[in-house]
Amino acid sequence: MSDPNELDDAWRRVSPKYIMVEVIGSLISMVIFAGAAFVVYFVFSQMWALWVGIAIVVISVVSIAFEPRRVRSIRYRLRADDLVYRRGIMFFREVAVPYGRMQLVDINRGPVARALGLAELKFVTAAAATGVTLPGLADADAEALRDELVVLAESRRAGL
Amino acid sequence: MTEPRPEPTPEPARAVAIDLADGEWHRVHPLSPLLRGGLVLLAVLGVIIANLRERAVDVFIVIFAPDLRGYSPQGGDPMSDIVERGYLGIGVLAVGGVLLVLLGIFWLMWRMHTFRITNEAVEVRKGVLFRTHRSARLDRIQGINVSRPLFPRVLGTAKLDVSVAGQSGNVELAYLKSRLADQLRAQILRLASGARAASTGPAAEPEPHAEVPQADAGADADAEPRAATEAPVDGAGLRHRASLLVSQRADEFLAPELDADLAPPESVVHLSIGRVIGSTVLGVPMVLLVAAVALISWGVATDRLWVLFSFVPALIGIVGYGWSRVTKSLRYSIAGTPDGVRIGHGLLATSNQTIPPGRVHAIRVSQSAIWRIFGWWMVRINVAGQSVSSSGDAAQRTLVLPVGSAVDVARVIDLLAPESAADLDPVLTAAFTGRGGDGGLTPAPARARWAHPLSVRRVGAGLIGGTVLIRSGWFVRDLTLVPLARMQSVCMTSGPVRRRLRLASMRLHTVAGPVVANIPAIDADDARDLFERIASEAVERAATDTSHHWGTR
Repeated sequence: MSDPNELDDAWRRVSPKYIMVEVIGSLISMVIFAGAAFVVYFVFSQMWALWVGIAIVVISVVSIAFEPRRVRSIRYRLRADDLVYRRGIMFFREVAVPYGRMQLVDINRGPVARALGLAELKFVTAAAATGVTLPGLADADAEALRDELVVLAESRRAGL
Repeated sequence: MTEPRPEPTPEPARAVAIDLADGEWHRVHPLSPLLRGGLVLLAVLGVIIANLRERAVDVFIVIFAPDLRGYSPQGGDPMSDIVERGYLGIGVLAVGGVLLVLLGIFWLMWRMHTFRITNEAVEVRKGVLFRTHRSARLDRIQGINVSRPLFPRVLGTAKLDVSVAGQSGNVELAYLKSRLADQLRAQILRLASGARAASTGPAAEPEPHAEVPQADAGADADAEPRAATEAPVDGAGLRHRASLLVSQRADEFLAPELDADLAPPESVVHLSIGRVIGSTVLGVPMVLLVAAVALISWGVATDRLWVLFSFVPALIGIVGYGWSRVTKSLRYSIAGTPDGVRIGHGLLATSNQTIPPGRVHAIRVSQSAIWRIFGWWMVRINVAGQSVSSSGDAAQRTLVLPVGSAVDVARVIDLLAPESAADLDPVLTAAFTGRGGDGGLTPAPARARWAHPLSVRRVGAGLIGGTVLIRSGWFVRDLTLVPLARMQSVCMTSGPVRRRLRLASMRLHTVAGPVVANIPAIDADDARDLFERIASEAVERAATDTSHHWGTR
């Protein structure tokens, strides 16, 4: 009865555990790039490398601080005939894709996401610019959503 | 069995007319390997001739100035070395051997290249060492192109290119007899349209080829009774057939690109040579050309010769590009046929492309500032199957009208978007050159000038007759049309600056191609409203659109 994926036309969110995935990713890339910059500074005594390293650290910290709000802003909605997806706080983006335009549904799991039991679902149409990716769905939810989207797309199949 | 046998000409002809699309494997024209890559043969011949030059000069000197008979070349070219050392026989054998090997390879390539047309797909098998089997589903065909480069055209052959909705290339039937290629195109389109009966309709018009050997004595498509000319007595018959062959080649060479066997469709536009050359000259290439020439002359005058190394190749490139643009736009014709829009162009190397109905995903009409004086516009479309890196051929396929007046453009839009033509016609003039809210479009609010200072007054967007019209651009005027039945998704974005100004920008996603349907700035509430309307109407239109199965209507 409380099937999380039934077509109740409400905005659904992604799992908050996805924040952890994003934060870990940002931390790793910050360590790598800032580390490289600091190595250049300490070993080769290049002044500019210090500033580059500091800039990388500051930007990464700021984006990590905004991560929870950003993940909370990712929402999707299964309407009667199309899927609506929105994300972003500063750079807001909303996309509506009719079900019949679906070519593929992809489910991807990175290493950190797999450890946390999350998956990312990507809805592929004939236009590469559509770019509807729902990250941070629980595994079971992702599979159920994929099956449902496939059924909906088949029932509304249109030509290219 | 007891029915009276009809006159022999149409009966076997109808058998041949269906033959190529009967689901059996067929071979291509025997000369295909030579035409597709036989330059190797020509290169070998070229090498031999270059090495024979001293011998040739010798022979000519002896003929024209007999008293110089004692003249002997300085030697040093391989041919005279070979002759002097008595290796001539071996040399001839070696060359003969190479030629035989090449001919053997060509024959093998020809044997391994076969194709088949069934009710569902077009399949091609080719390759000797690395065999490939490529098939294209008929209902995924996005366009068919019959092209005739110069050399194959002289030999009476043509190449049929079937483009499909994928990015890995097309199915190519390279080199078929010219008549058969046209006929096959009509048959493939018939099958792709969903009509089951391939034998009804003009495709089966009697082609008076009885068998392949007599095919060369074939004819105009105005089928005057061939019985009289089809029964040659041997001696006089051979000469007669030869003369028919020559006249047929001449006809094909000089014929306009729209072939005549379907009820001849009238071309919707006429591009005069003056307009073609004028428009190419007055475009971006000309500006670059002038700049390059100026730089080169300055460099030479002030003795900076390195300029020659950097800019002369650029100059050659620009001239080459301009030349190819001009030659590709000669004898341009666009016509509507029941099987789609047929676009033909080219003078020496011709090409004839058919876009079936329901395959045009977006249309853009644009006019650069220089062309505004002459009132010229250019029309480009998005069709599925264009790879991201568009080579010359692929880019040509998306260019529907290289240059035309506003009236021409209106006619071309009628052909490309026939379902909404009636609704769009009254609005088109206002859409091309109007401003803001002209033509019933929603304008961008005045505060958008902070984001788009020059074009704010021209931006307008609207939903008319199941098509989204977007007008934008100040220096280069643009009008984009997207039929909602073909739209993939719609997207609304706003960054911090636009949010402050209560604006949003919208984009309609279609298949990859040169046309990008983007509304640069529109009021936020209008945007929300338009977003919802577009999303719901797109669903409706996609559900009711059957134009990709036009044969079953």
